[in-house]
Amino acid sequence: MPSKPVGTLYRGHEGMWSWVAHRITGVGIFFFLLVHVLDTALVRVSPEAYNEVIGTYKNPIVGLMEVGLVGAILFHAFNGIRLILVDFWAKGPRNQRKLMIGVGVVWIVLFVPFVIRHLMHVFGGE
Amino acid sequence: MSEIAAPRSSTRSRSLKGGGRNRSGQTNFELYSWLFMRLSGLALVVLVLGHLFVNLMLGGGITALDFAFVAGKWANPLWQVWDLLMLWLAMLHGTNGMRTIINDYAEKDQTRFWLKSLLITASIVIVVLGTLVIFTFDPCLDPSSTLSVCK
Ligand code: HEM
Ligand code: HEM
Repeated sequence: MPSKPVGTLYRGHEGMWSWVAHRITGVGIFFFLLVHVLDTALVRVSPEAYNEVIGTYKNPIVGLMEVGLVGAILFHAFNGIRLILVDFWAKGPRNQRKLMIGVGVVWIVLFVPFVIRHLMHVFGGE
Repeated sequence: MSEIAAPRSSTRSRSLKGGGRNRSGQTNFELYSWLFMRLSGLALVVLVLGHLFVNLMLGGGITALDFAFVAGKWANPLWQVWDLLMLWLAMLHGTNGMRTIINDYAEKDQTRFWLKSLLITASIVIVVLGTLVIFTFDPCLDPSSTLSVCK
């Protein structure tokens, strides 16, 4: 008899929080994408219109929002892969904890270098 | 060990066979939708993270983005196809995800209906607009373009 139940996906604790975070990031990315396609559509209006609007994004405040967006996408992407592994990989449900830690590790490994390089672009420099 | 069924895996919609409808007379729509979320998710990992890497990490990153940058990218069919796939898959995946969320939180049939109508309308507008933008893009709108097609 296992001491903990296996086979259920969302059973409180980390599972619950990651589910909430997956949902919030999904909604956030969706609304970003609606606006993103609209601003990209300005390339059909004129080069000036596009450059002007993109130009207003090139400041520290939007730069930090981009950091938030990328952090959210990295989480949603790798937590999504975790969900897929739990569903399709026979050993997935038994390795939930390890998969969860894996998501955290991959997230940090990709996010930290991203933040450094992106902030270097945002705050001048190269 | 007791077996507890995973959420959303009702036995009603388990079978992929069954000619569109299964024994209880329901379509397999929710099963396909569940599968689609996972398959499109895998593709989006490559498409979206690739998009972010090329646009934010290579070269000057965010500082280098302007009309000329877009013109340079869309001169290459690879990036046209990339962006088209990303647009369609991300919008279908996101819209389907939002549909689940509306089903979860909106309890009245009327509210659900209006929220979903709004969602579908917005999604169709965005997908059509984004598709047209990729197919009708004209790099030569920029008089100082250095692309060979504009000479
Ligand atoms: C801050 C982050 C982002 C920046 C700076 C950015 C920038 C751009 C740029 C410059 C383009 C023009 C074409 C190209 O470069 O391929 C573009 C197009 C596009 N981007 Fe992004 N992007 C970002 C994030 C995202 C995310 C997270 C998604 C998906 C969820 C996305 C989806 C798209 C799509 C679908 C198009 C094509 C739009 C169309 O069909 O008109 N982008 N983006
Ligand atoms: C980057 C790669 C991505 C992966 C691997 C991924 C994976 C997933 C998976 C597996 C689900 C289903 C969760 C479930 O059935 O419980 C999901 C849900 C969702 N995704 Fe994504 N996704 C990705 C990108 C995106 C993008 C670009 C958007 C927005 C346009 C998005 C928005 C959503 C939404 C709104 C949900 C519904 C959340 C819920 O039901 O709680 N995802 N994602």
